[in-house]
Amino acid sequence: MIESIDTSLIDWSRAQFALTAMFHWIFVPLTLGLSFIIAFMETIYVRTGNEEWKRITRFWMKIFGINFAIGVSTGIILEFEFGTNWSNYSWFVGDIFGAPLAIEGIMAFFMESTFIAVMFFGWNKVSKRFHLASTWLTAIGANLSAVWILVANAWMQNPVGTMFNPETARNEMTNFWDVFLSDMAVNKFLHTITSSFLLASLVVIGISAYFLLRNKHVLFAKRSTVVGSVFGVIAALVTIFTGDTSARMVAQKQPMKFAAMEALYEGQTHAPLVVIGAMRTDTTRIPNPRENFIFKFEIPNALSYMVFLTPSGFVPGITDLVYGNEEQGIMPYSEKIDRGAEAIATLKDLKKAKDRGDQARYASLMAKFDNNEWMGEHYAHFGYGYYKNRPLKELIPNVKLNFYSFHIMVILGMHFLILTVIALYLSLKNKWGNHKWLLWVALLTIPLPWVASQAGWVLAEVGRQPWVVYELMPTISAVTRLSPGAVQLTFWIFLATFTTLFIAEIKIMTTQIKKGPEEK
Amino acid sequence: MFENLSHLALQQYWFVIVSLLGALLVFLMFVQGGQTFIFSIGKTKTQRTIIVNTLGRKWEFTFTTLVTFGGAFFASFPLFYATSFGGAYWVWMLILFAFVIQAVSYEYRSKASNFLGQKTFDVFLFTNGLVGTVLIGTAVATFFSGSQFSLNEMNSVTWETNTRGLEAALNPFNLSLGLTVFFLSRVLGLLYFMNTIEHDEIIERTKKQLFINAVPFVVFFLVFVIWLMLRDGYAVDPETGIVSLEPFKYWHNLTEMPLVFVMLLTGVLGVLGGIAWSLLKTTSNGIWFSGVGTVLVVLSFFFLAGFNNTAFYPSSYDLQSSLTIQNSSSSKFTLVTMSYVSLAVPFILAYIAYAWRSINNKKIDETEVTAGEDTHIY
Ligand code: HDD
Ligand code: HEM
Ligand code: HEM
Repeated sequence: MIESIDTSLIDWSRAQFALTAMFHWIFVPLTLGLSFIIAFMETIYVRTGNEEWKRITRFWMKIFGINFAIGVSTGIILEFEFGTNWSNYSWFVGDIFGAPLAIEGIMAFFMESTFIAVMFFGWNKVSKRFHLASTWLTAIGANLSAVWILVANAWMQNPVGTMFNPETARNEMTNFWDVFLSDMAVNKFLHTITSSFLLASLVVIGISAYFLLRNKHVLFAKRSTVVGSVFGVIAALVTIFTGDTSARMVAQKQPMKFAAMEALYEGQTHAPLVVIGAMRTDTTRIPNPRENFIFKFEIPNALSYMVFLTPSGFVPGITDLVYGNEEQGIMPYSEKIDRGAEAIATLKDLKKAKDRGDQARYASLMAKFDNNEWMGEHYAHFGYGYYKNRPLKELIPNVKLNFYSFHIMVILGMHFLILTVIALYLSLKNKWGNHKWLLWVALLTIPLPWVASQAGWVLAEVGRQPWVVYELMPTISAVTRLSPGAVQLTFWIFLATFTTLFIAEIKIMTTQIKKGPEEK
Repeated sequence: MFENLSHLALQQYWFVIVSLLGALLVFLMFVQGGQTFIFSIGKTKTQRTIIVNTLGRKWEFTFTTLVTFGGAFFASFPLFYATSFGGAYWVWMLILFAFVIQAVSYEYRSKASNFLGQKTFDVFLFTNGLVGTVLIGTAVATFFSGSQFSLNEMNSVTWETNTRGLEAALNPFNLSLGLTVFFLSRVLGLLYFMNTIEHDEIIERTKKQLFINAVPFVVFFLVFVIWLMLRDGYAVDPETGIVSLEPFKYWHNLTEMPLVFVMLLTGVLGVLGGIAWSLLKTTSNGIWFSGVGTVLVVLSFFFLAGFNNTAFYPSSYDLQSSLTIQNSSSSKFTLVTMSYVSLAVPFILAYIAYAWRSINNKKIDETEVTAGEDTHIY
């Protein structure tokens, strides 16, 4: 059944999901960060009673509203798509995955949508305090939405707290807290949230720089910059810290992704860290071409040190993972595939025995699934079983894409830290705005946090391939069986819709920004 | 506390919650219904703006309820989610598009340089009101009429038609519910206008429209209910789980579950009472009667579809692939966990009510949407 799935169906389904997720992610990080920045600004207004702060709050609130609306529009697409395009996945993981999604709706989306109405329409209808509370609750609600979906995503990267139920042929949750509080989930949440705060801060600083360059709304711009840069520095530091933890976590839980993002083919101790490099595909190694560096700049030992906190740690490369490395105790993929295939075959036999009413056979097969040792040795490689008789290279994610995504993100992260520190330092000395070139840098930096943020997701998601649920469910068995033409059609419709909406959003945004805050 | 319930009790509890979300959704679709009057009641630009802003303060609730309805269904009955969404691809995609264009339209319609122009965004809102309501109605009707799918041993769905659900949207029985929902949401939209808008011209037109829309609503509703009572239904043998067609199944369900019968009748009285009262006397409270009535009626339809040994998502192609609340649900553990989360629902309803009241404490009139400055205008 799997064999018969058209690869173009998978490719189009993936392309459609990537398109819609990445489009959603243009607006979400801005609203996540901006919501708190606004709440902070309004707090200053309520505390000081200074009308200028109210104007500042209202200006950024307008920018928030424009992005929020399109964030909501695009979010519902993703939720539907799990069912429409990944229906086998929805069933296989629904028991774990559905819960966070539902909790998100019940706890977060309602909070956000209720209080956002008060925030927008309540200025002269409710008390100042209730209004402020609503603004904070909107921010909290927005960020709670992020918690649950990231828990779900972390679980796909590292499926914990669940057990396979052969009766229903799916994974079932056994421990909610293991799922909710896994290291992966906590870390993913922190990194994603703080990187979104950083993004919003850089937008606030950048737009303010625009006003300063044009010498308009100077007081407004300087005050916004102070708030933005305080937020920015803290966010940048935490982003880098949690990013580093993320990388270590990837090294532990997803060695293949780690090897790909570092473009490491041969594993080694004292592994160097490539800081910058450019790659080309070396096609001489038929049938397994690989990526080679044209040039690279590396720090000796740094990679081993990063992962193991000692230079003598062995970092496995792609070759070790695929072909095995006995010395380091790494099992080759061919072995994992055989064991996975056996687990799949056992499951099929179990079904047949059940249908035939063959109690004895059923009980003996069922015993395997109850046996921890067998589960560890066979079921743990379940997903690999689908790769029986398929080329091994399908099990390797796209190395170039992972390498570049990771390195672009890290380099930009350093740039953001430096920029926000300078902005904060000069703002506090009331000298921000004296150096025109710095304002230009701030202005031109506006699109870069989006580049970093999207790169982060590309790394997380493309690096996870070919798995939807790590090592348990491959993408090929997750997809809904549709005609590729149907998915192609919806892909193009989405693309056209998004392009139109995006143009509208950008035009509205730039017009609002040019208009600036309301005059007194 | 939930741990002590049986798996079946939990499945029933979650079916009730999902039904409740569905029922609230249909009530809240007054926003969609209202959107279909942008052009017929809003004769001037200001009038259209009044209408859009009246609805615009509530669209988020409807949208979020839809999202949560989907999420709750996913979590509690994942096999339904996988089967229906993956199977009836085109219907769900159309519903999806109808909602994607809604959210942005409110925010962007009256913003400067919005690229498409106000008219286009208003047409988007109109389309959302038309397509969204009719298709959701027809999709729910398949709970009774069945769809053409089969499930294999791994529970993955094969849809037997290439139109992927569009065939169901054109089936006259399903359409009768689709049109019922459409006219009902229009009626509710009008009642909501009477509740919130202070504008003589708009209210006058609203009253006229109320009668014009109430009549087709009642007609389609009767067609649907009578048809439903007369048709064969998908019965499940509680011992063996075997699904078979039973004549007058839904009528039997109604008589075997007297509570549901009472709920349905009360609901119908509420809906009609709210309409009649608003037609005969100038009142702004009709929406509450018709609203509660709507919730009760929709709840009873869901109960007819899922309880009393009935398959709630039947397959007319392969009866044994039909989904029941037992064979499509999440594990007991997940349902228990989710049940704890459901305890937050009353609390959420309370803050929604509080925020709703604080925003609706004054009626919307012309000054509200022209004064600008201190409020957010759609
Ligand atoms: C909780 C689940 C979840 C979350 C939070 C995200 N994704 Fe994802 N993503 C998936 C669940 C998923 C998936 C359903 O599992 C896909 C579809 C096919 C696949 O392999 O994974 C996927 C694929 C996928 C791909 C295609 C990868 C490939 O096929 O090579 C990209 C580029 C993204 N996603 C990007 C994103 C972005 C920018 C996100 C930020 C909002 C994001 N994802 C959040
Ligand atoms: C594939 C995964 C995702 C799905 C299924 C999804 C689903 C949704 C849905 C349905 C909405 C609309 C909610 C409403 O009615 O108000 C939404 C909005 C939102 N989502 Fe997502 N989302 C996904 C990814 C993410 C991620 C990764 C984050 C954050 C880390 C996020 C954060 C938000 C926020 C903050 C909103 C509110 C709108 C906004 O602020 O722009 N989403 N999402
Ligand atoms: C400078 C240091 C940084 C490091 C070392 C770092 C590291 C990482 C790593 C290893 C991942 C993959 C996690 C996984 O696959 O599960 C990741 C993901 C991500 N990164 Fe970064 N990152 C850094 C900076 C940034 C910056 C500046 C941004 C954006 C402004 C950003 C945004 C993201 C996002 C949105 C993701 C996806 C969510 C996730 O998987 O946690 N990162 N990062």
